[in-house]
Amino acid sequence: MDYTEMWRNLGLNLENHAGLLAVLSDGYKNIYLSQKGRPKAMEYFDFVISEVHGLRIKEIADAKQAGRKVVGTFCVYVPEEIVLAVDGVCIGLCAGAEVGSDEAEKFIPRNTCALIKAFMGFKLAGLCPYVELTDLIVGETTCDGKKKAYEIFQDITGKVYVMEIPNMKNEESKKLWHGEVVKFKETVEAITGKTIRVADLKKGAALVNGKRRALQRLSGLRETDPVPISGLDALLVNQISFYDDPVRFTQMTNKLCDELEERIKQGIGVAPKGARRVLISGSPMAIPNWKLHSIVEGSGAAVVGEESCVGERNFRDLLDENFSTVDEGLQKMADRYLEIDCACFTPNDERLQNIKSMTQKLHADGVIHYALQFCTPYMMEAYKVEKALGQIPFMRLETDYSMEDVGQLKTRVEAFLEMMK
Amino acid sequence: MKALGIDIGSRYIKGALVEKGEWIDFKRSETTFNPLEKCNEMLKEMPADRVIATGYGRHLLKVHGDVRTITEIKAFAKGARAFFPDCHTIIDIGGQDTKVIALNEQGNVWKFEMNDRCAAGTGKFLEIMAKNLDYSLEEFGSEALTARQEIQLSSMCTVFAESEVVSLTAKGVEREEIAMAIHRAVINRLASMAKRFPLREEVVFAGGCAHNPCLKKLLEQSLKRNIQVACAPEMTGALGAALFAEQHGI
Repeated sequence: MDYTEMWRNLGLNLENHAGLLAVLSDGYKNIYLSQKGRPKAMEYFDFVISEVHGLRIKEIADAKQAGRKVVGTFCVYVPEEIVLAVDGVCIGLCAGAEVGSDEAEKFIPRNTCALIKAFMGFKLAGLCPYVELTDLIVGETTCDGKKKAYEIFQDITGKVYVMEIPNMKNEESKKLWHGEVVKFKETVEAITGKTIRVADLKKGAALVNGKRRALQRLSGLRETDPVPISGLDALLVNQISFYDDPVRFTQMTNKLCDELEERIKQGIGVAPKGARRVLISGSPMAIPNWKLHSIVEGSGAAVVGEESCVGERNFRDLLDENFSTVDEGLQKMADRYLEIDCACFTPNDERLQNIKSMTQKLHADGVIHYALQFCTPYMMEAYKVEKALGQIPFMRLETDYSMEDVGQLKTRVEAFLEMMK
Repeated sequence: MKALGIDIGSRYIKGALVEKGEWIDFKRSETTFNPLEKCNEMLKEMPADRVIATGYGRHLLKVHGDVRTITEIKAFAKGARAFFPDCHTIIDIGGQDTKVIALNEQGNVWKFEMNDRCAAGTGKFLEIMAKNLDYSLEEFGSEALTARQEIQLSSMCTVFAESEVVSLTAKGVEREEIAMAIHRAVINRLASMAKRFPLREEVVFAGGCAHNPCLKKLLEQSLKRNIQVACAPEMTGALGAALFAEQHGI
């Protein structure tokens, strides 16, 4: 199918865009399709990737035509339930490729983390159809880099709304955050002209919880040895959860899990039994950032979990659906979201506990702490994580989306795996 | 049975041949733009029953199917213990990275630290700076030791340091003093890496840069410890790989 017309209408830079799709498709072939023994149900996710700027964009454009609103987000703190309650489309806009850095650097400093540079770069280079389709772009006050970048992004797009996320988890913060959730609901109501009733909120809650349960199920299946799915594939499913249709995504992820359960019964794995198991913890890996997983798994180990926003932090906690008024629902929602253990909070001891319990649950032999370069909150927290893990093998890495340090990372990762033997 | 360890670094390829735990031959050649050819020459010159490759280019020998690899971290651990059985800490300034490796009682890697991706503080940095000051690598360290006054280099970035050196020479600063400042900058950076975990003796300075007397002296001052340097420090990785091949099979 030819989407050129659609891309032109969205104002994309067609030449750059063709280049991007070619690189993406090559990268996907090399990293994903070369893997051996993949579950059959991954075919759906392969298809989704092949249509990342095609069919999915068309679906969203059609939804817009039908009067639905599109909300773009950058953070797992933004309550998707509210967007789904007004029958909106919620899309994660974080980007994981080194694209348009030179454009982005006209606005933001060189030493800005790759994730921020990429979402700015994608927009500025005319490469992101999702941004073009949004009616509202929701930012949040997590790290300094993001909150200042949103000011500039507002100048560029004129669609940015920022939620204030507190930095502590005390009573005052809880009140502040609850107020932000209420304000967000009102904002979404205002752009859609709809009023959210309790049934709408329950519908949104059921959809998002369904998605979370499917992802929790997938995470649970990775506890097995031999591991039935590669870390790369599991990461991909998590990345796709941010932009696919939630109903279809949940269904297809559950289908994948059915197959994995069958594999486990038959003792089928993607890595040999007893292969080294690694938990990756830290900064989010937005699509198509597959760099570290591909290095670790290319060295013969299996990535068994992601303690990350694109991973466990996104689906660990369910929303309590047992509410009978909108107010009560919003309160429960505010409470649920404030459980997320992002490194922008202080103190953030919950995260240390969660990493320890994931390490145990997933039988990880070691933890690699992954921080995007200039992602200060996670870079700083690595120290506490290492201390909390005690004798568990631990290594910290700082990197970005470029490929220039792959050789060095490979040496470090291989040496880390040698230490575990 | 003979075992060969090949350490494919970014600047040099080193080969060490061992038999019954004894080192019987070694060779070194520049990596050049065709390292595989250089490796093949070495394989021919030092025929062995077992081969293990290490170093940055270790995966290059995959074309020979039966060549296993270990990382230079592990190879250095093994090699340094062969030179110094009580070694607990290894410091290496390589062509494109610097590392500090801590060993446990059994001689296995306990922790390690490596520099980030940039060339600051690496052997390559020293090489570029020596060239800028018109020194050969062999004389760079000993000449630096003759500096009469202490000056500071404020930048460790290869690019910025290069221009800083240009402005220092333009100011008429003696080149021995600049050379000393360059060595000190490298050691300061390395020492802060080494201090990230408890430094246990013996501390072994390995890799080709260990031949540089100025680096050794500054390292000893900075870490307040005696530093051991082997007779052929550049062979540490290759020797370690060869010994590993001998003990653990192909």
